[in-house]
Amino acid sequence: MFYRENGQFKASYVEDLRIFKVTQDRVAVLALVAIAVLLVPMLASDYLLRAVLIPFLILSLAAIGLNILVGYCGQISLGTGAFMAVGAYAAWNIGVRIPEVPLLVQILLGGLCATAVGVVFGIPSLRLRGLYLAVSTLAAQFFLDWAFLRIPALTNHSASGSVSVGTLSFFGLPLESAWQKYLFCLGFVVVFAVIAKNLVRTTTGRQWMAIRDMDIAAGVIGIRPAYAKLTAFAVSSFIVGVSGALWGFMHLGAWEPLAFSLDRSFQLLFMIIIGGLGSIVGSFFGAAFIVLLPIVLTNVPALFGLPLSVDTAVHLEHIIFGSLIVIFLIAEPHGLARLWSIGREKLRLWPFPY
Amino acid sequence: MNTKFAHGIRGLAVAGTMAFALTAPSIAAAQSEQFIPLLVYRTGSFAPLGIPWANGKLDYLKMINERDGGINGVKMVYEECETAYNTDRGVECYERLKTKGGGGSLFDTQSTGITYAVMDKAPLDKVPVMTMGYGRSDSADGSVFPWSFPLLGTYWTASDIIVQDIAKKMGGVDKLKGKKLALVYHDSPYGKEPITALQALARKHGFELMLLPVIAPGVEQKSTWLQIRQQRPEYVILWAAGIMTPTSIREAQATGFPREKIYGIWWAGSESDVRDLGATAKGYNAIAIQGSADYGKAHDDILKYVYDKNQGSADSRAEVGTVAHTRGMMIQMLTVEAIRTAQEKYGKGKAVTPEQVRWGLENLDISQARLDELGFGNLMRPVKTSCADHMGSSWARIITWNGDKYETTSDWYEADMSVIDPLVKAGADKYAKEKGITPRDCSKE
Repeated sequence: MFYRENGQFKASYVEDLRIFKVTQDRVAVLALVAIAVLLVPMLASDYLLRAVLIPFLILSLAAIGLNILVGYCGQISLGTGAFMAVGAYAAWNIGVRIPEVPLLVQILLGGLCATAVGVVFGIPSLRLRGLYLAVSTLAAQFFLDWAFLRIPALTNHSASGSVSVGTLSFFGLPLESAWQKYLFCLGFVVVFAVIAKNLVRTTTGRQWMAIRDMDIAAGVIGIRPAYAKLTAFAVSSFIVGVSGALWGFMHLGAWEPLAFSLDRSFQLLFMIIIGGLGSIVGSFFGAAFIVLLPIVLTNVPALFGLPLSVDTAVHLEHIIFGSLIVIFLIAEPHGLARLWSIGREKLRLWPFPY
Repeated sequence: MNTKFAHGIRGLAVAGTMAFALTAPSIAAAQSEQFIPLLVYRTGSFAPLGIPWANGKLDYLKMINERDGGINGVKMVYEECETAYNTDRGVECYERLKTKGGGGSLFDTQSTGITYAVMDKAPLDKVPVMTMGYGRSDSADGSVFPWSFPLLGTYWTASDIIVQDIAKKMGGVDKLKGKKLALVYHDSPYGKEPITALQALARKHGFELMLLPVIAPGVEQKSTWLQIRQQRPEYVILWAAGIMTPTSIREAQATGFPREKIYGIWWAGSESDVRDLGATAKGYNAIAIQGSADYGKAHDDILKYVYDKNQGSADSRAEVGTVAHTRGMMIQMLTVEAIRTAQEKYGKGKAVTPEQVRWGLENLDISQARLDELGFGNLMRPVKTSCADHMGSSWARIITWNGDKYETTSDWYEADMSVIDPLVKAGADKYAKEKGITPRDCSKE
């Protein structure tokens, strides 16, 4: 009833190429961004911002990055955590060694370093496929974990191997309170989501998808696999590296290689599988699912006043979490994004499905 | 503006103020509770150590509430938050509990990683962080780290005391010269923390230090112990945690390295680390935080006021008196005494804010007489903190596993601060420079 596109005609190519073709979608998305920018920082509590929304935003960004590689180009990677680490450590090193560099530039340069490393570790993808590629990206994870643990220069000879960032500012504005950090992260996420969404609709994006669907056929119609795969690795690692820098600078403030361990890689992979492979909005759903569910599960028993000990709550959380993943994958292998689009189709016909 | 409307608003405001004034006493009454956040890891790979530790912390609070009715009548309320030794979860716990119940009195993060992440946030939130026997060693310098309290010793003081005991066994500090000591460590900030101090000690005493990192979680140590067999260090200092400790001891047995020549740090020196090994671990040494392997009157009180009333946190009474459980009690005793000290300055019988607890932590003065009174007389030595010294004391003893239980096998040692202090100063200065902190002038406070 309210979600009808009747009468919305596309009279020009520009209109036909819009990301959100339906007026209601456009309004909804703009409203969502407006709420996120204006209302949330005013209303949300410190806890909600720091412990829920900031990690959610940063991990959504990482999931978008990984989704480009896995969901759009079909190259499975288990090295995401390591590429995040490269972004974080590179940005930190630049900041420590050249304090004049502004934070924004630090983070983007961190992303560029991750790009370089990502491309290098993407080279095996030219010869390897599927599970074998996953194993070779696993090497990236182990090698980089090792490097950040054992090469003192990378942590500026910190005695414990743990690094921490100083006071942050964004062109003179302080980044201290929760809402300032939140807005900073939100800015990154909005900009990169728009870039990513547009990128997957370009020639390059279509080449990625062709490679994903069948690389031999793609080669036959004139797509260079080397170019397509390496650009996917480059773009993906850049976004993942930026998110890693944000994770270190905005969320943790001080970190050790453990913060970007193999667990993080798996966590991100689960996010995009649950959220929806090959879908930008799915990255957000997946991140929300993985970030929010544990917090909800730990807080729900307390809300009802159930005397649940913390360890039981954690064990329960693992059980519920695990079974939800299995159920989801059986019921909807295309992830939450697919559920979302089914919901939208249904909404179009509501209340008179025919 | 509509005057009627303005009047209405004013009337509401007056009514509101009156209502507030009327309800204010009841709010104050509700606030005579002190909230203590408890970060714990009862799950995950370090849980065998985390569970008794967490139980000890809980039991002591329960005992104080039961025996004394709280601190000068202020009952303590608490909430546990599970971190699973994971930094992300720890940060989430910290954010959730820091403002709860009038403010989380102080955070004992129980993890080096969480300490590093939280200690930068704490000054902004004005919440003290207490890291008894762990955390960042240079945070003992209170002028740069006003909100951090590594009470009773750090990894650097522990390193020095272990080397002192080794020197004593070898027959004097001069005997260390030209000898080889190995540090087998968990490859993480936790395991790397002592390196700075051990290197300084190696320079001072002229011994050679072998650094042997073990990748977490530490189940694969064959090559490490092969190196030890080849290089034959005199003693092995073991900076292990969780599964790494028993694995090391087994490998030592397999390669024929005498267990008597292994010294574990306190986190590798609990019953859970060696109980299953039994006689295999016989002779294994560990450093105890102060005298945490002994049994004191405080234990009796816990059994009497908590376990006899079926309020105990542990499944069995036998856990009371184990090393990890006692450490939990010691942490909570220091917490309670810090709150008591703060109350003496800011008002007895009233709940204190985290900021006031910080003052309490910084002006802690627990004499031997007071320790005896608290039932910790034989477990601890006096503690006195100040603006410059956030550690308070560095006494420790060496304990040895006799195949069945830990025995205290050394006298009290105190760390040689002539070695540690310059390191703390250098580390703190570097931190202050990195963060743009102007150190407080402690001579004026």
